[in-house]
Amino acid sequence: MESRKIFIAFSTMVRNEVSRFLRIWMQTLIPPVITTVLYYVIFGSFIGSQIAPIHGFSYMQFIVPGLVMMAVITSSFSNVVGSFYFSKFQRSIEELLVSPMPFWVLIAGYITGGVVRGLLVGTITLLVSLFFTHLVVSNIFFVLSFILLTAILFSLAGLLNGLYAKNFDGISIFPTFVLTPLTYLGGIFYSIAALPPFWQSMSKLNPILYMINGFRYGFLGFSDVSVAVSFWILVVCISVLFGINWHLFRKGYGLRS
Amino acid sequence: MEALSIQNLKKTYATGVQALQGVSLSVLEGDFFALLGPNGAGKTTIIGIVTGLVNKTAGTVRIFGDDLDVAPERTRVHIGVVPQEFNFNIFEKVENIVVSQAGYYGIPRAQAMRDAEVLLKQLGLWEKRDAQSRMLSGGMKRRLMIARALIHRPRLLILDEPTAGVDIELRRGMWEFLAKINNEGVTIILTTHYLEEAEQLCKNVAIINKGEIIEHGSMRELLSTLENESFLFYLKDPISDVVLGALQHCDIHQVDPTTLEVTLKDGARLNDFIVQLARADVTIQSMRNKSNRLEEIFLSLISGDTRE
Repeated sequence: MESRKIFIAFSTMVRNEVSRFLRIWMQTLIPPVITTVLYYVIFGSFIGSQIAPIHGFSYMQFIVPGLVMMAVITSSFSNVVGSFYFSKFQRSIEELLVSPMPFWVLIAGYITGGVVRGLLVGTITLLVSLFFTHLVVSNIFFVLSFILLTAILFSLAGLLNGLYAKNFDGISIFPTFVLTPLTYLGGIFYSIAALPPFWQSMSKLNPILYMINGFRYGFLGFSDVSVAVSFWILVVCISVLFGINWHLFRKGYGLRS
Repeated sequence: MEALSIQNLKKTYATGVQALQGVSLSVLEGDFFALLGPNGAGKTTIIGIVTGLVNKTAGTVRIFGDDLDVAPERTRVHIGVVPQEFNFNIFEKVENIVVSQAGYYGIPRAQAMRDAEVLLKQLGLWEKRDAQSRMLSGGMKRRLMIARALIHRPRLLILDEPTAGVDIELRRGMWEFLAKINNEGVTIILTTHYLEEAEQLCKNVAIINKGEIIEHGSMRELLSTLENESFLFYLKDPISDVVLGALQHCDIHQVDPTTLEVTLKDGARLNDFIVQLARADVTIQSMRNKSNRLEEIFLSLISGDTRE
C-alpha cells in the first residue's frame, strides 16, 4: 500500500475512533474528570490541608500529577480495549482485516484513538486542578513526553487485553485486578521515600511508579526514582508491547481461526 | 486470466475439525461462479481464507496472480466480500460505514463520499444514509454490505449467501444488480442455498461436500448431465385413459384429471411430447418444471448417488 493510501487509511481509523468516544462523551470524558475532582476535594483539600508539605509543595500540588496520570492511564487503556473488543464482538473488525491496511497501521489507528482520549481527559483534569491549586511547570519536556508515552503504553496494553479477551469479563479482569492496584500503589498519594526499605524495593518493580514520578518531575522538579531510567523504561515497554501486538496481529491471535 | 486459483487447500481448525481436505478450484476473470454445498461443507472456510479472515493449514491461493502468502495486502485490494453474517458497527451510520471502508483502502474521503452516494442510490439506501445501521431491515442490511464491498471497486466480489432471509422481490432486485456489475466486468463468486439463484445467474459452478470439491465445471454442462427431467402439465380438460396410454417415451403420473407429472426418458425431447398431446387434441393450459434442475443434481451429488 502506498504511503498516501496508508495515511488515508490511518486517518480514517483515527477519525472513527475519536468520533466514537466524542459521540458518547458522557461515558468517556466526564466520569474520569468527576472521579479526579473527588480526589482533589477529599484528598487534596480536606485531608491534604492537614498533611505537611512534601519537598516544599502542598499535598494538593503533590497529588495532582499522579491523579492526572491515573486518568490518562485509565482512559487510554479503556478506550482501546473497549473499542477493539466491541469491534471483535460484533465482528466489525473484519472491515479492517479484509482491507489492505498493514497491521502496523491498524495498531497505530487504535493506539492514536486511545492516546487522543487519554490526553484529552488528562488535559481536562489538569485544567480542573487549577481551581484547587496553582501548578508550576519545572520541565515541559518531561511533562509532555511522559504523558504522551504513558498514553501510548496503556493504549497498547488495552489493545493486547482486547486481543486476548474472549468475553466481556476478559476486558475487566486486567484493569480491576492488575491495573488499578498498580496505579494506586504507584505513588500517586505518597512518596515511596516514606515507605520502609522493603516496600520501597517492591514499589520499584511497579512500572507505573516510574511514569507518575517522571510526570511529577516535569511539574515539581523532584522524583523518587531516576527520571532518565523512567523515560527508558517507558520506551522499552512501548517497544515490547508494540512488538507483541504486531506479532499477535500477524498470527491472527484472537482474530482469525 | 484466473481471478482466483486455489490449489490443494487444507484447513484443520484448532478443534480438530478438518474443514477442507485439499480443495482445488479455479475461477476465471469475468466469471459468475457458484460455490455450492450443504451447511458445514467448507464454503465459508474457503471464503475466509481467500479474504484473510481464516488461516489456512496448507495449500496455495492466488488472486489475479498474486500469491496470498507472498503479497496478502495486494490480494485484498482486488477483493470485495459480503459475508454471511452482518459484520458492521450497529451504531454507525449507513453512509459512514461505506465511506470508512473506502478509507481503509486508501480512497480519499471526498471521492469516497461521491462513490458512496452512487452505490447507496443504486441499492436503494440513499434515503437511509443517516440512519444507524441497526435500524435497517434485514434486506437493507444485506444491501449495505454489498455497497460496502463494492466501494473500493474490487475486481472480485465474493458473496456468501447474500440473499438469505431476503424476500423474493428484493432477491430478484439483487440478482439484477449482480448481473449488471458482472456484465461490467466484476468477477463474482456466489454461495447460496437458493439453487434457482445459482442456476439463473452463474456460468460456472463448484459443488463442495465435506471439505472436498465433488463437481467443478460449467453450469450448462452440469445441467446437461441431468438424465430425467420432470414437468407438470396443466390441461384444459380431463385426459382420457386411452390417450394417456398412448403417450410414449415418458413416465406419466396423473396428479388429478387435468394435471400430469411427466418425466421424459431416454433423451426424449419435450417438443415430441407436446406434439403427441396436440395430435390427441389435448389442450395444454400451462406447464412448468416440477423441480429446480440444479437442485436435483445437487441433491443427487450430495447424497452420493452416481449418475450415468
